[in-house]
Amino acid sequence: MAELLRTHPLEAWTTAFERLPDTVGIAVEPFVAMADVRLGTVDSEAGTRLGVDLPTEANTWVPAEAGRAVWLGPDEWLLSSTTEAPEELEARVRAAVLPLGGSATDVSAQRIGLRLTGARVRDVLAKGCSVDLHPRVFGRGSSAQTTLGQAGVVLLSLSDTGEDHVVLVRSSFAGYLADWLLDAALEFTHTPTR
Amino acid sequence: MQLIECPWCGPREEVEFSYGGQAHVPYPDDPGGLSDEEWAHYVFFRDNTKGRFAERWNHSIGCRRWFNAIRDTATYRFERVYRLDDPKPVTP
Amino acid sequence: MTSTSRTAEGGRIDRATTLEFTFDGQPFTGHPGDTLASALLASGRHQIATSIKLGRPRGVAAAWAEDPGSLVQIEEPFPEPMLLATTVELYDGLAAHGLPGQGRLAEVPDSARYDAVHHHVDLLVVGAGPAGLAAALTAARAGARVAVVDEQSEAGGSLLSGTERLDGAPALQWVAAAVAELAEHPEVLHLQRTTAFGSYEDGFVLALERRTDHLGATAPKHLARQRVWRFRARSIVVATGAHERPVVFTDNDRPGIMLAGAARTFLHRYGVLPGREAVVFTTNDSAYDAALDLHRVGVCVQAVVDARPEGSARREECERAGIRVLPGAVVTGTQGVDRVTHALVAPFVDGEVGAGSAIACDLLLVSGGWNPAVHLFSQARGRLRYDEGLGAFLPGEELDGLSVTGSATGVSDLGGCLAHGQRVARAALAALAITPAGDDRLPAAPEAVVPTAPLVLWRVPDSSGAEGSTQFVDLQRDATVADIARAVGAGLRSIEHIKRYTTIGTAHDQGKTSGVLTSGITAELLGIPVQDTGTTTFRPPYTPVAFAALAGRDRGRLFDPERVTALHEWHVAAGAVFEDVGQWKRPRYYPQPGEDMEAAVLRECAAARTGVGILDGSTLGKIDVQGPDAAVLLDRLYTNLISSLKVGSVRYGVMCGVDGMVIDDGTVLRLAEDRFLVLTTTGGAAKILDWMEEWVQTEWPDLRVHCTSVTEQWVTFPVVGPRSRDVIGAVFPDVDVSNEAFPFMTWRDTTLEGVPVRLARISFSGELAFEVYVNPWYAVAVWERLLEAGRPYGITPYGTETMHVLRAEKGYPIIGQDTDGTVTPQDLGMGWAVSKKKPDFVGKRSFARPANQDPLRKQLVGLLPTDRQTVLPEGSQIVEFFPDGQLPPPPVPMLGHVTSSYRSAELARPFALALVKGGRERIGDTVHVPVNGTLVPVEVTGSVLVDPEGARRDG
Repeated sequence: MAELLRTHPLEAWTTAFERLPDTVGIAVEPFVAMADVRLGTVDSEAGTRLGVDLPTEANTWVPAEAGRAVWLGPDEWLLSSTTEAPEELEARVRAAVLPLGGSATDVSAQRIGLRLTGARVRDVLAKGCSVDLHPRVFGRGSSAQTTLGQAGVVLLSLSDTGEDHVVLVRSSFAGYLADWLLDAALEFTHTPTR
Repeated sequence: MQLIECPWCGPREEVEFSYGGQAHVPYPDDPGGLSDEEWAHYVFFRDNTKGRFAERWNHSIGCRRWFNAIRDTATYRFERVYRLDDPKPVTP
Repeated sequence: MTSTSRTAEGGRIDRATTLEFTFDGQPFTGHPGDTLASALLASGRHQIATSIKLGRPRGVAAAWAEDPGSLVQIEEPFPEPMLLATTVELYDGLAAHGLPGQGRLAEVPDSARYDAVHHHVDLLVVGAGPAGLAAALTAARAGARVAVVDEQSEAGGSLLSGTERLDGAPALQWVAAAVAELAEHPEVLHLQRTTAFGSYEDGFVLALERRTDHLGATAPKHLARQRVWRFRARSIVVATGAHERPVVFTDNDRPGIMLAGAARTFLHRYGVLPGREAVVFTTNDSAYDAALDLHRVGVCVQAVVDARPEGSARREECERAGIRVLPGAVVTGTQGVDRVTHALVAPFVDGEVGAGSAIACDLLLVSGGWNPAVHLFSQARGRLRYDEGLGAFLPGEELDGLSVTGSATGVSDLGGCLAHGQRVARAALAALAITPAGDDRLPAAPEAVVPTAPLVLWRVPDSSGAEGSTQFVDLQRDATVADIARAVGAGLRSIEHIKRYTTIGTAHDQGKTSGVLTSGITAELLGIPVQDTGTTTFRPPYTPVAFAALAGRDRGRLFDPERVTALHEWHVAAGAVFEDVGQWKRPRYYPQPGEDMEAAVLRECAAARTGVGILDGSTLGKIDVQGPDAAVLLDRLYTNLISSLKVGSVRYGVMCGVDGMVIDDGTVLRLAEDRFLVLTTTGGAAKILDWMEEWVQTEWPDLRVHCTSVTEQWVTFPVVGPRSRDVIGAVFPDVDVSNEAFPFMTWRDTTLEGVPVRLARISFSGELAFEVYVNPWYAVAVWERLLEAGRPYGITPYGTETMHVLRAEKGYPIIGQDTDGTVTPQDLGMGWAVSKKKPDFVGKRSFARPANQDPLRKQLVGLLPTDRQTVLPEGSQIVEFFPDGQLPPPPVPMLGHVTSSYRSAELARPFALALVKGGRERIGDTVHVPVNGTLVPVEVTGSVLVDPEGARRDG
């Protein structure tokens, strides 16, 4: 039998995303393994066992070995890995934090990621996000759990220019958010005729 | 659109939060030992204060943490927020 | 029509371009820069509309949003009611007509786009007049994040209406330079055509930007026509200027009667002569500018009628120009029909009106002073104070984060406004710890002339004998001095009550000219100080905002998010009919050609009961509960014992609130000693996770347990029916699917092509069934494998309707459909799921409350209509006959209601579930359900109608 086919919830949107100008680039992030990590105390031992120092500052993220560690709460993080299978990541992280009283859960398919790049993406996000995204306030390493339109999202800033973001959204809301983003970007996709 | 200060995430719009009623109403240690009236008081009765009121709030769209707040029910103003493990502030 | 009343030159209009429009069906022309009102006035058209109650002719009485007279309906390019001709920018192809007070909504959907944008700033400046621009420049130069919004089509505020000079040059040159400088600052957002219409807590201000209205039919379709700006400002500077106030006199509503300042605006900004022969009636010095300006362009100013006994220090200036000034006089009335023809002028001594005479005029200008536009300050709960000298309400306190400047504070001279704007901005920056720039120069303004003190005069006594019944206070409402007198006579004292009794201030202009007049006239009638009368509460919006703008982009597909499962495209391709379950779109049934819902559901049910069916159950809530104390937590939250569950097994559980009422139900899989997978209802997913978090965080922080949503981490496909074992066995050959190796209420992990898959023997239908759990990335592949393997058995995808029938036949309740927050587990006949062993769990203590022990509580039972035909409508009431077969007299006691009702393929008849008082004691009784006026007899039965012995679950 052939290998099992994977399908992405936003396959039907790919063409529309590809047509967007660079000023409002939207790209679907590839499937990555993600684990929700819960841990009461973050210390050097935790860092050693996990291979990443989990960020303790609220609303921040840090790069991890092959992914990111995003602060979700005072005892909760989202850890991603581009090199491990979902069950591998869960098993590794769970083994690392279990002795410290922590836990880990595979949430790879809970959310999908969209990469938003370009000079106008902040304008697109500002149409539905009440958090201040000015790069002075929301530079590289910032994150926020908030709403974009009517969808709950985790928003990550990847640059100090405000021109590179990742939006993580619950998979079932992905189609809504994709439609919302395309609609929000519409005014930047037309060449002014007057 | 009022801002509410999450003790972790900082000020966010009020729509990110959900209300949890009066704070400092602990679950009774021994419900079975309470009279019907005492139990009903725990289940159904809360203060209806005009002015400063200690309340529970949850940053439900954000970090999902519960916290307490002293809010003036007449002006809606949040006078302070505090974590669940902080003692109830003494207010004038 | 030709522009008979256009000046030869001047104004901010583009005379080289001609725009064509129609008004009341007649063709007119105008120029870019015109408003509909200025273009009509330029053509000599003064009557715009008729009044709402009395049908009196009404014209342009002011030059912007405070105008109570020029109500119009736009027909082309898109119908829009209730606009003011004074605020409609002219465009080619505009078609409009005057309105008698009320307009008409469009009958076709609005194809324009509307949107909203969040914007954060250090300083938000509302108003780009002299004070606002000075404030904005100060903040911009300091490097602050600034937004400056202004409702007009261009910046300048009052400077657009006059001839003031700054730095020895026309003031508008300074305005242009200021605008250019603001544009240089990257952190400054400057928006014209943008009205700040509401100010709220914590620096939140809503503003409406009219982005393409002025472009008419040529507006680009991809741009939002209007945009709601959601400003969050650390500090707000309100520089909204002042509205001129009229004086009320008899027949003060005729076309051709307008505010003195408005005439200056029409002259200087639009190049319009609002009349040929003017009378100016004033209580203060500002109207002298109008008289002199009009005189200079050739208007015959017949007289300046000044109510002050001594008149003004500017009298000589007028007389030098040949303008007659009548101090100590008032206008007592007017003549004319669709335009004023005469002003009746009389001496005014000690509040008494003497014998008068008529002065011919086609323009009567009025000024009763200026009301600072304190709306945003007041909306932000700022207290107002009454200033006796100005006869105006001014900001009466300092607010945190909001300051008022310029003529909105009562400052009237240009230099004073500029300096005030700068000072207020500096103070606001200082409070934000932002240092002002060293080079923060203001232009030099001419020395202010100290004006002669104004007279506060609300109305001229009515000498006509009409007792104020044509002395209009609110022109839009046709409300008069007589109406206020009637309100006061009826005993009303509060200005809020008088407003509602007279309707003054409730029209579309929200009392911009009539509000303070009403306070003044009321105080006069009551003989109390104006301060005691106060004003009515200022509420948003400052000017009307279309619902379409407030809705923004939350329309159509974006109105409410549609949540879909990983199989959604497959369902669509299979022709599923969807139903909304919360925000989820779930397939309700899959009709085959020619089938209606009933036929499809009967077919789907039969397949699941006799062959095999498959459901997309992915919307079920799923929560991963981990930690050494996971079992302790679940024991405290479920009514039954969870800790005794063996790893590899599954248990059904019920959760209650502290009041003992069922809040959710579902199954629990024990994955490890310290790990459970909790399944909730689709609707309960978020609620139950929150419920668990609430208890863990607020009551039991010592428990070592973590709860994580995995609802979208797993798709769930129940494979249901006698042949389900064959299908599962074929797709997952590694799993021994025999009853012995894989019994009911257990789960097994396996893999498919290396992908982890979890199988669970859970049945929501009573049939042999397996639930298949897999990562949604592989949802389509696994679903298609199952369909392929099921083909020999006629595997039938089924939807939520069939799921409901199958579960209802087994008496399985749906929490939230068969329950409503007043139902205990015992009421559902689930006493078996309530632990007697556990010392406590949430809800336990409430079961012992007397109300929950009442034998007459409503209990879940089955109903079988005895005609074997009627499908009882869900929600129907249940009633009972007296033993003699008669219906009790009204009000007929209600026994309960139908909660679920379907047609059953298995039973070959309709059936229902119902909550019935003392229901279990009534099994075997016949009760009645009113359906379309007929009483349908139904038999009360147990709730389990199919396979009560449970023989089918093992196949």
